[in-house]
Amino acid sequence: MEASKVIHAIYTDDDVLMAAVKKVKSAHHHIEEIYTPFPVHGLDKAMGLAPTRLAIASFMYGCVGLTVAVVMMNFIMIQDWPQDIGGKPSFSYIENMPAFVPIMFELTVFFAAHLMVITFYLRSRMWPFKKAENPDPRTTDDHFLMEIAVQNNEKELSNLLKETGAVEINLIDKAH
Amino acid sequence: MYTFSNRLRVVAIALMILGAIGVAYGFMTSHKDFDQVETLLASESHHGEGHGETAGHDEAKDHDSHVTEASHAEPAEHAQVDEHTKHVNHIMHAMHKRPWAALYVAAFFFFMIALGVLAFYAVQYAAQAGWSPLLLRVMEGITAYMLPGALIVLGIAIASGVIGHYGLFIWMDPDVVAHDKLIQAKSGWLNISWFGVRGLIFIGGWYLYRRFSRKYSLAQDKADDNKNFIKTFRISAAFLVFFLYTESIMSWDWIMSVDPHWFSTLFGWYVLAGMMVCGITVIAMITIYLKSKGYLPKVNDSHIHDLAKFMFGFSIFWTYLWFSQFMLIWYSNIPEEVTYFVTRFQDYQLPFLGMVAMNFVFPLLLLMNSDYKRIPWFVIMAGIVILCGHYIDIFNMIMPATVGDQWAIGIPEISSILLFAGLFIFIVFRALTKAPLEPKRNPFIEESEHFHY
Repeated sequence: MEASKVIHAIYTDDDVLMAAVKKVKSAHHHIEEIYTPFPVHGLDKAMGLAPTRLAIASFMYGCVGLTVAVVMMNFIMIQDWPQDIGGKPSFSYIENMPAFVPIMFELTVFFAAHLMVITFYLRSRMWPFKKAENPDPRTTDDHFLMEIAVQNNEKELSNLLKETGAVEINLIDKAH
Repeated sequence: MYTFSNRLRVVAIALMILGAIGVAYGFMTSHKDFDQVETLLASESHHGEGHGETAGHDEAKDHDSHVTEASHAEPAEHAQVDEHTKHVNHIMHAMHKRPWAALYVAAFFFFMIALGVLAFYAVQYAAQAGWSPLLLRVMEGITAYMLPGALIVLGIAIASGVIGHYGLFIWMDPDVVAHDKLIQAKSGWLNISWFGVRGLIFIGGWYLYRRFSRKYSLAQDKADDNKNFIKTFRISAAFLVFFLYTESIMSWDWIMSVDPHWFSTLFGWYVLAGMMVCGITVIAMITIYLKSKGYLPKVNDSHIHDLAKFMFGFSIFWTYLWFSQFMLIWYSNIPEEVTYFVTRFQDYQLPFLGMVAMNFVFPLLLLMNSDYKRIPWFVIMAGIVILCGHYIDIFNMIMPATVGDQWAIGIPEISSILLFAGLFIFIVFRALTKAPLEPKRNPFIEESEHFHY
C-alpha cells in the first residue's frame, strides 16, 4: 500500500542527511526512499535495510559454473571421444583433471560474476530504455532527498524535517 | 604491558623438554646398522610376501640422487648381491636421515612464520596501512623469533652436513659430488662454505631490519614528531626489496637444494606464499589470544576480519602458485623435472593431496563468509587447519628427498614440532612483555583504533 501523499525533504550534506535519518527513524516515521548522488556510507544501516543476499546468490552461481565446466569437459574429453592428444591420460576425469582446472576456474568466475550482475539488474529493476525514477534531477548532482509517507500528519512531519536541517520541504501528491 | 603468564611459560618449557626428549630418542633409535636394517627388511618382506623386496629394488634403481651412477659390468650373481647391498644401504641411510629431516622441517616451519610476519610488518609500514598499527607490537613480538629461528635452521642444515653424515643435503657429500656431473656443475653455488656465508648474509639483513624497525617503533612512542615513523617507512621499503631477493635465494638454498637435480623457477614465490599465510594466521591467533586475556581492548572484530581476509586471500594465492608449479610440470611431463612430483605422488599421496584440501578447500569454504571471519573461535579453528596444512607442505618439500618412502609422522616429527613450538611460544611471548602492546604515537594509531569495516 503506497501512500498517496509524500513529503520530499531535500538536504545538501550527507552528514546532515544521516542525522536526519536517525531522527526520523527514532520518531517512528516510515522512510519510503532516499535518493543520493553517491553512496553514503552507513545509510543502509541507519535506515534499517536488510543486508543484501547478492553474495550468496553469487556463490551458488559459481557452483553452477563449476558443475557446468566439469560436466561439459567430462562428456567431451572423457565420455564422447576419449582421444589420445599428446599423451594426456583421457581414461578418467580425475587423471586428466589438472588440464581442465583453468577452464573450471574461469567458468566458475564467469557464472558467478555475470549471473550476479544480471540478478542485480533484475532485483533493482534496471535495463536500457527504463524510465528514470528520479523525483528531482538535483539528487544526481549534489542534493539528497528523503521521501516520507504522509498519513494526515504533514504539519508535525514537516516541523520535524525542518529541525533536521532540510533545506527544502515539498508535499507531493503521488496519486495522478 | 603484557605479563607472561606463568601457566603459558610452564606450557612452553614443558613442550621444549618433551620435544627435546623425543628428538633425542629419534636420534638414538635411528642409528641402525647394516645388519639390523637387513633383518628388518627381511621380516617386512616376509609379511608382504616378497613384494617389499622387489618394489624396494626398483626404488633403489630409480633414486638417482642416492645411487651413485657408476655402471658395473660384472657377472650376474655379483650384480644381485650388489643390488641387495645397495638397497639395504639406501634404506639404512633414509632411516639415519629421518630425525635430521624431522628436526629441519619443524625448525623451518616455525622460522618461516616469523619471517613471514616480518615481511607482512614491513608491508604495513610501506603501505602506510591505517588498520594495522594496533597489531604492530604483536607482529614485533612474533618477529623476535626470526633471528634464533633462522640461525637454528642454518645451523641444522650445516650440522647435517658436517656431523650428520649429509643427512639433508646430498650435495654436501663429497663422495656423491665426485660421481655426479649435475651436482659438480652446480658446486660453484652449492658448497658448504658459500652456503653458510649466504645464509648469514640473509639472516644479517633481516635481523638489521627487525632490529632497527623495532628500535624506531619504540622511539616513536616517546618522540614528539614523526621522524622515527618516516625512518621505518624508508627502511621498510628498502627491506622489502632486499627480502624479495633473499627470500627467493633462501628458498633455493634451504629447501630446493635438498633435490639438487631438480629446479623450479617459481619456487621462491611458492615458499613466500606459504610463509605469508602462516605468518598472518599466527598474528591472528596471538591477537585473539591476547584480546581474550584483555590485553588488547581496542582491537575489534574488524581487525580480526581483516586478518582473516588476508588468511583467505593468501591461502588462495598459495594454491595458485602450488597449482601453477604442479600443473606446468605435470603438463609438459619432462622426465628430469617430473620425478619431483612422481615421488611425491607415489610415496606421499595422502599428505600431498591432503595438504591441498587443508590449505585451499578448508580456508576457501570456512573463510568465505564475511560473518564467520569476525568470530574468533572460527578464525582459530581455520588457523589450526591452515598451520597443520603448511607444516605438511614443508614436510612434502623436505622429506621425499631425504627419507624417501621411509617417512612417517611419528615420534621424531611430532617431538620436533613440540620442541620448536615451545621455543617459539617462549621467545615470542617473552618479547611481547618488553614493550607496551599499543604503540602510542604511531601517526595511524587513531585510525586503527576506530577502524571499522
